[in-house]
Amino acid sequence: MYQYDRYDQQMVDARVAEFRDQVRRRLDGKLTEDQFKPLRLMNGLYLQLHAYMLRVAVPYGTLNSTQMHMLGTIADKYDRGYGHFTTRQNIQYNWIKLEDAPDILAELSTVEMHAIQTSGNCIRNISADHFAGAAADEVADPRPYAELMRQWSSFHPEFSYLPRKFKIAVIASETDRAAMRLHDIGIRIHKNDAGELGAAFYVGGGMGRTPMISHLVREWVPLDRLITYAEACLRVYNRYGRRDNKYKARIKILLHEIGAEDYAAQVDAEYQQLLDQGVEPPFAELQRIRTFFADPPFVEGLSDGVDQSDPAFAAWVQQNTHLHRVHGYTSATISLKPVGGIPGDATAAQIHLMADLAKEFSFDECRVTHAQNIVLPHVEQRRLYELWQRLDTAGLATANLDNIGDIIACPGLDYCSLANARAIPLAQKISQRFSDNGKDAVIGELKLKISGCINACGHHHAGHIGVLGVDRKGRENYQLLLGGSEGADTSLGKITGPGFDEDGVVDAIEKTTEVYLAQRQDGERFLDTYRRIGMEPFKEALYG
Amino acid sequence: MKILTGSDLKSGAVVWWDGSSWSLHVEDACDVGEDAASIAAREEAERRVVVPYAIEATTDAQGRVRPAHIKDRIRALGPTVRADLTLRPADPEAGTWVI
Repeated sequence: MYQYDRYDQQMVDARVAEFRDQVRRRLDGKLTEDQFKPLRLMNGLYLQLHAYMLRVAVPYGTLNSTQMHMLGTIADKYDRGYGHFTTRQNIQYNWIKLEDAPDILAELSTVEMHAIQTSGNCIRNISADHFAGAAADEVADPRPYAELMRQWSSFHPEFSYLPRKFKIAVIASETDRAAMRLHDIGIRIHKNDAGELGAAFYVGGGMGRTPMISHLVREWVPLDRLITYAEACLRVYNRYGRRDNKYKARIKILLHEIGAEDYAAQVDAEYQQLLDQGVEPPFAELQRIRTFFADPPFVEGLSDGVDQSDPAFAAWVQQNTHLHRVHGYTSATISLKPVGGIPGDATAAQIHLMADLAKEFSFDECRVTHAQNIVLPHVEQRRLYELWQRLDTAGLATANLDNIGDIIACPGLDYCSLANARAIPLAQKISQRFSDNGKDAVIGELKLKISGCINACGHHHAGHIGVLGVDRKGRENYQLLLGGSEGADTSLGKITGPGFDEDGVVDAIEKTTEVYLAQRQDGERFLDTYRRIGMEPFKEALYG
Repeated sequence: MKILTGSDLKSGAVVWWDGSSWSLHVEDACDVGEDAASIAAREEAERRVVVPYAIEATTDAQGRVRPAHIKDRIRALGPTVRADLTLRPADPEAGTWVI
């Protein structure tokens, strides 16, 4: 994986020193909160419901064991013994003291990590396929391109004060595992008929209060023009994006208002101009970055196959492992969704254990997924049982990936100052209900996503079943959505009708699954059945 | 009644104005009446609190102060999903009034 050069390290260290001085001046009274707030946000430090919250960037979700250990150390030393992995492949700490924040950033810097651009109207952490470099279906490892974009977007002076925040995802396979079509820019690396690699640019996707699926604005951008085209996309947005209304300031609104074709034409004109100005980094830099993502020393000649005579292990293998491009290996997902647990939370001890397991079993690498789980990307199949036993002992072997228990949930009103309703207790109740009634495995793939407010950090628009928490006359109320998807078949969920209270929505979800189980045909997922039979049978069951 | 709340500058902890200083316990909050803005301005200038704001509150049958809105009740308790992280971790009933 990528390693900082001296410029990267100097930039991060300089930012730590700068922020340390800013915190000192805030505590000394030389900066007011109005003056300090934008400075702390530029360093990922929010003031949330109960305390300061620090969001740490995990570039494209990739961590080595040293970095993962540091995340556990920070949880223990500066927080309350746990961290929360987010839907942007980052980690958040909920109980940070202002005076500790510079020390935390200094410790992160020692392992080439930071919290820069995890807030504010700038280009945020670049996300990517969590199986990058491992998936059998990818045409290339997308991370060198994500890393190039990270370097380009870090401290980019022109794009530090955009109309609104800006999120980019990069994938390199037909299967979208990064919700790419729901980002401001989604980049899909693909091959042409001649076997050359290029990038398709999808622009104008997003969730939030106005969910939209992105538009394909250019099918083919040569890889040695990747930054130039991205710069053109951002320039047109920066020029015309609305700054008068924050609710209409995202790029998706710009494309909606002027049309994707007009936007693409303007980007193309800008692109042609930029080609002459030489904004593209030397291709040698991309090649240099690529060397950091070379294959680990895989053992050659291993055969595929795992002894699944232990039923609990077999269930985990079938649910939580993913096809690797190298024979004899697999990618293993560690579910951070134990039955009745808090989605995405991990204790310091669990974080340290996952770091150790990454080192022992996966060439010192792990990944954070946007579904709030952890992946060990390169595990020898012959060592999978040993890995599972270690996970099982630590309560990390829940076999529920992509099932109804693998719920995405934002922190909600338990932690977030923007939230209108709690999301976590709902996730806990649902997961417990479907474990107790034994339907979790019977139902199969069903992606359930819960947001505690319209900002949609819990991706409720993209859930096969989505839940949106709202404030109804001072009480929590939950709207139910059906039919969303974030994959290659991206779609936005539709609201079923009037909302429910906390217990009512759990019952409603169970009724919804009963309709599915009664109506499904061979091999159909919940989403397939919904798309075939439509909303009416579900509405009838819920309200009829 | 109106009570005043905010966050401690250094720790970010939720605090409540008790008439002379800031308390971690909502039960200590006092009715600030029409003085909320002046108290908030003075305390913020002295860097004793961040983002102070006044909220509506009531008292329960035992006379204990309870914020009117669920968001502030959760601020007063701590996360409802982690009793161990609330101000009264040993008392599982501590949050029965919050939701």
